[in-house]
Amino acid sequence: MISIESLHFAYPQDGFSLKIQAFSVPSGQKLAVIGPSGSGKTTLLNLIAGIYPPHTGHIQVAGIPVHALSDAGRRDFRITQIGFIFQDFELLDYLSVLDNILHPYRITRALKLTPAVRRRARDLAGQMRIGDKLQRHTGDLSQGEKQRAAICRALLPQPKLILADEATGNLDPDNKLHILDLLFEAVDQHGATLLAVTHDHELLPRFDRVVDFNDFRSGSAV
Amino acid sequence: MINSFYIAWKYLLFSKARSAIMVACITLIAVLPLALEIILDESEHQLVERAEHTPLLIGAKGSALDLVMNSLYFADEVPQPVTLASADEITATDLAFAIPLYVRFQARGFPIVGTTLDYFDFRQLQLAAGTPFGLLGECVIGASVARQLGLQPGDSLLSSPETVFDLAGVYPLKMRVAGVLAPTHSADDLAVLVDIKTAWVIEGLVHGHEDVARSRDSSVIIERTESNVTASAKLMQYTEITAANLEAFHLHGDPTGYPLTAVIALPHDDKAAAILRGRYQNTDSRYQIVPPADVIDTLMTNIFRIRNVLDAVILFVGLATLMALVLVFALSLRLRQLEIDTIFKLGCSRLTIAQLLGAEIVIIAAFSAVLCLLILGVVSHYAQQLVRTLFI
Repeated sequence: MISIESLHFAYPQDGFSLKIQAFSVPSGQKLAVIGPSGSGKTTLLNLIAGIYPPHTGHIQVAGIPVHALSDAGRRDFRITQIGFIFQDFELLDYLSVLDNILHPYRITRALKLTPAVRRRARDLAGQMRIGDKLQRHTGDLSQGEKQRAAICRALLPQPKLILADEATGNLDPDNKLHILDLLFEAVDQHGATLLAVTHDHELLPRFDRVVDFNDFRSGSAV
Repeated sequence: MINSFYIAWKYLLFSKARSAIMVACITLIAVLPLALEIILDESEHQLVERAEHTPLLIGAKGSALDLVMNSLYFADEVPQPVTLASADEITATDLAFAIPLYVRFQARGFPIVGTTLDYFDFRQLQLAAGTPFGLLGECVIGASVARQLGLQPGDSLLSSPETVFDLAGVYPLKMRVAGVLAPTHSADDLAVLVDIKTAWVIEGLVHGHEDVARSRDSSVIIERTESNVTASAKLMQYTEITAANLEAFHLHGDPTGYPLTAVIALPHDDKAAAILRGRYQNTDSRYQIVPPADVIDTLMTNIFRIRNVLDAVILFVGLATLMALVLVFALSLRLRQLEIDTIFKLGCSRLTIAQLLGAEIVIIAAFSAVLCLLILGVVSHYAQQLVRTLFI
């Protein structure tokens, strides 16, 4: 699913650079990436998603050479192939839960908002147990409900890869396990691959594989 | 594109107060100069056109502006009176035709204009209903008076007492509406036209009362001699002129001394106008003669001077408000940076983000435009009254 070779990326302003010799994730795997703050975990997610183009090296996701795509190509790739889940949920407070879930369909021509998509959004929300809150504004939801809405938004375009950046970081212990269960269930059901950045070692046993970011630093193939 | 508007609409709806303030600011910036333009155009139309169609006005010496405003636009400020003799004098010169005016009283807030039927011809007034005034106590009302008071021929209209507390003052006269004028888009729309003698009835100079010679009521008759009967205040004054009491109305004193507020002089030609002006510009004359167009021209010059100042003020206020709006929008963009980053991460192009923000501006501008048009519609509808309130 994900294949990275000889990757090099550096931020021009602060001199931080990320080098990955080789990294691969097979399709359908639920992978956790751990590592100290500032080590480049989020940068890795942004490179895989095509938000940043690498300086050198190859990134392939589901057979698509992300490194070779144009800006527009990377945007279309991102919205059709990647589902993003953020620590702060990053839902739009002025939209209802349903509108937030449908939001990716309203900001690009690459996705078509059809009645079938609307039905799927409702089904997904029901599966995430927020089906009765679709018309509410996100400000009326609990933290757990917000993250469930964010997961629905990420899953609705049926992406092949889910990137979760500290997705449970703002949730209480009961909620984080519950949300993770729901996320795993949905990922399995959609046949997607999950790459989750986390600091929470308690959750690691639930993942198929855990990668320590320090291994990238040592230059070994992961 | 439609989705951009949908999202923008949701955002504006969610931030109702902010959106309403922005709409109000933009509307104000647009409405102020445009409304001012409408009002000034209307004032120019009302003032200049009527003044240009009135060759000369003769009235008592004093404020020429008061004389013109009262005689042409029936303003409340009543100039010093002249007498009916002044109209006769003009006619006697054989230089001009004279139309007397007595504009002093009001009926339910509308000016009562005492004149003659010649005024109708002079102003080319057409009747929409009824007939011109033919009898004492009849009136012809302007189109706006009829509409606002819901009057039609056959109805009656009471003149307003000059002061409510003056118990010894003249009685209100119940006038019969003989006709309604077709709209003229001028001060005549808001006038109650009566015969000059009816105006004098309201003044109390022409009056009617029960026949004292026949009265046997000792509380009414104070003294009775062979040649004279003195009556008390109990003597019943007629407050409505009917066919039954019309004969009882009579003049006291010499009619040539009866008051007028002005005389419209219609010279036979330019030469006659010049001679007439020369005669009245004599410093010994008790009257002044003014071409209304000159007076209004001076007034308009002052109004347009004020307009230029107002335009400059509005321009500066508008610029300041626009800058404030730009600042609000820029700050709002900063506050929404996280949202912008998120939708960019999701896969939205910078162009689409610009479209989203542009859609917000378009919606706010559209609402402002609609509100602006509504306000300007209202201003246009009431422009005539506004001009009367502001300038007349």
